[in-house]
Amino acid sequence: MSTAKAHLETLPGSVKVVLGLGLIALAAFPFFGTDFYTQMVTRMMILAIFAMSLDLLQGVTGLVSLGHAAYFGLAGYALAFLTPQGEAVSLWWTLPAAVLASGLAALVIGFFVVRTHGIYFIMVTMAFAQMVFFLFFDNKVLGGSDGLYINFKPTASVMGFTLFDLDNKVSMYYTTLAAMLIVYVFLRRLLWSPFGRALAGIRVNEHRMRAMGFGTFGYKLSAFTLAGALAGLAGYLWGVQSGYINPELMGFHMSAHAIMMVILGGMGNFAGAIVGAFTFEYVLHVFKDLPQVGSMNLGKHWQLWMGLFIVLVVVFASRGVLGLIAQVKAGGKLHD
Amino acid sequence: MTDVRLSARQVTKRFGGLAAVNNVSIDLWHNRIHAVIGPNGAGKSTLTNLLSGDLQPTSGSVTLGDQDVTGWAPEAISRQGLGRSYQKTNIFLPFSVWDNVRLAAQSRDVQQPWNPMQWLQNATKSVASHARSKRAIALSGLENRANAIAGTISHGEQRQLEIAMTLATEPQVLLLDEPLAGMGMAEAERMVALLLQLKKDHAMLLVEHDMDAVFTLADHLTVMVNGQVIASGTPAEVRADADVQAAYLGEEH
Repeated sequence: MSTAKAHLETLPGSVKVVLGLGLIALAAFPFFGTDFYTQMVTRMMILAIFAMSLDLLQGVTGLVSLGHAAYFGLAGYALAFLTPQGEAVSLWWTLPAAVLASGLAALVIGFFVVRTHGIYFIMVTMAFAQMVFFLFFDNKVLGGSDGLYINFKPTASVMGFTLFDLDNKVSMYYTTLAAMLIVYVFLRRLLWSPFGRALAGIRVNEHRMRAMGFGTFGYKLSAFTLAGALAGLAGYLWGVQSGYINPELMGFHMSAHAIMMVILGGMGNFAGAIVGAFTFEYVLHVFKDLPQVGSMNLGKHWQLWMGLFIVLVVVFASRGVLGLIAQVKAGGKLHD
Repeated sequence: MTDVRLSARQVTKRFGGLAAVNNVSIDLWHNRIHAVIGPNGAGKSTLTNLLSGDLQPTSGSVTLGDQDVTGWAPEAISRQGLGRSYQKTNIFLPFSVWDNVRLAAQSRDVQQPWNPMQWLQNATKSVASHARSKRAIALSGLENRANAIAGTISHGEQRQLEIAMTLATEPQVLLLDEPLAGMGMAEAERMVALLLQLKKDHAMLLVEHDMDAVFTLADHLTVMVNGQVIASGTPAEVRADADVQAAYLGEEH
C-alpha cells in the first residue's frame, strides 16, 4: 500500500460523493437547523479551517506541532485589541491584520522550531505555545486568565452598503462556510503545486530532498508560516462568532484537539481534516450530554470516552473516517 | 591532468578518536571514472559523504568546479552541480517511479517556497522538469516502470531509480556509492553499460565492491584502507602495487 493512497492525496470517487453530499447538507442546514445548531455547525466549520491549517504541517509535511493553537488564539486576540470598547471595526482591514499577526508569530517561532526534527519538534512547538499562553494568562494588560470581550462584531460594508452582517447567525454561518471552502480549494491546489510536492517529499525523505538540492528549511518555514496564518483566519472567525477570547484557546488542549481532528478524519488531504473536525465536535457534544448513571456522571467524564474513541479509531481505522469510507466502498479491502 | 571537476585536498573526518577518513586527496575529471575501492570500513562511504556535504570534514578542503564548497550544506553542493546516489537505497518509497524522478528534476526549477504564486501552479505542468525527468527515466531504462510505486519494484530497479533521480538533477559530477550492490548478473551488466555511457558527460566517482566492474569501468583507481589512501593510479599500476595486493586484492583474488 502506498502512502500516497494512505494519505488519500487523490480522493477516491466514493469519498468525493460523500463530500459532495456533505456540502449540500451544509449549504441547506440553516434552513432546517435551530439557531443553536446553526451556531454549533459554524463553530465546527471554524475548527475545520483550524484543522486544515494543521494538516498542512502534520499530514502533508510530517511536522506534528503541539502548539498550533497559539496562532489560532493570537488572531482572536488581535481582533479583540483592534476592536474599540464602543464601536465596530471593519472586517476588511482587521481580518488581514489578524491573519498577518498570526503569520508573523509563526514565522518568528518557525525560524527556530523547523530546525528540529521528530520528538524535538513536538516539544519545541509546545514550549513556544506555552510561552505565548502564559504571556497572555499572566498579563492583566493582555486580558489575563479571564480573557477579553469583543463587544462589537466587525462590519463588512462596501461604500456604506453592508455586504453581510456578522451579527446575524445565518450570515455568519455562510461567511464561515465560504471561508472554509476557499481555504480547502486553496490547500488542495497547493498540495499539487511544486511547493506541495516538495513538502510531501520532505515528509517521506528529507535527507534525500536535501541531497537533490532542496533547501528544506525554506520550505518548512514557509509551510509553518502559512499554517500559522490560516490558523489565524480560524481564530479570527472564532473571535467574531463567540465575541469572547481567552488564553484557553491558545492552550495545550486546543492544540491537542486539532491533532486528534486531523487523525480522526484522515491526514494529508485536507478533506479529512474537515471531516475530522466535524466528527470530533459532534462526538464531543454527544459525550458531554451523557446521562448520570448511578453515582457517576458519564457526561462529566467526556475526556475518558473521547480517549477511548480516538484509540478505537486509530486501531481499527488508521486512515481515519475518510479512509474508512474509501475502504467500505472498495468492498472492505483493507489495503487496496 | 586537466579538466578537474572536483578536487578534495587533505580531507580528514574524525569521529571522536577515530579518523574515518585520514588526509585523503582525490580528483575527479570530466569524462573519467575514478573508482575508490577498499575493504569494508575503509572510509569510502564517509569520503563520499564528505564530498557531497552530508558530512562536514574536520579538516581539508573540497573544490567543486571553481568553487570552494568546504562546509557547504548538501543542498547547496547539489545545486552547484553535484549528484550522488546512495549505497543504501534512499528513494521515496510511497511515490511512483515517475514522481520520484520528477521531484528530483523539480529541484532544478526556480525554488521560491515563499512565493504564493508557486503555491497555485501545478507541479506536473513544468515543461523543463518534465523534460529532465523523461531523459533521466529513459537513460536509466525505467520507461516501463514509470507508474509503479517505488516501494514495490525490484531491488535492481530501485538501484536504477537511484541513478535516475541523480541524473534528473543534471549534475556535472556524479558520486555513485555502490550502484551494483545486490544486483543480479543481467542487471549489473546493464548498469555497467549505463555507467560507461554516462562517463561521456560527467566526472564520476565510483565506490564499488564488484572488482570485475571496477576494472571494466575505472580510468583511475584509488585504494583506501583504514581511512587512508594506500595507492592511486591507473588500474594497471594499482594491480601491480605490492601493498595493494597484500592489503586487499590478494585476499580476494
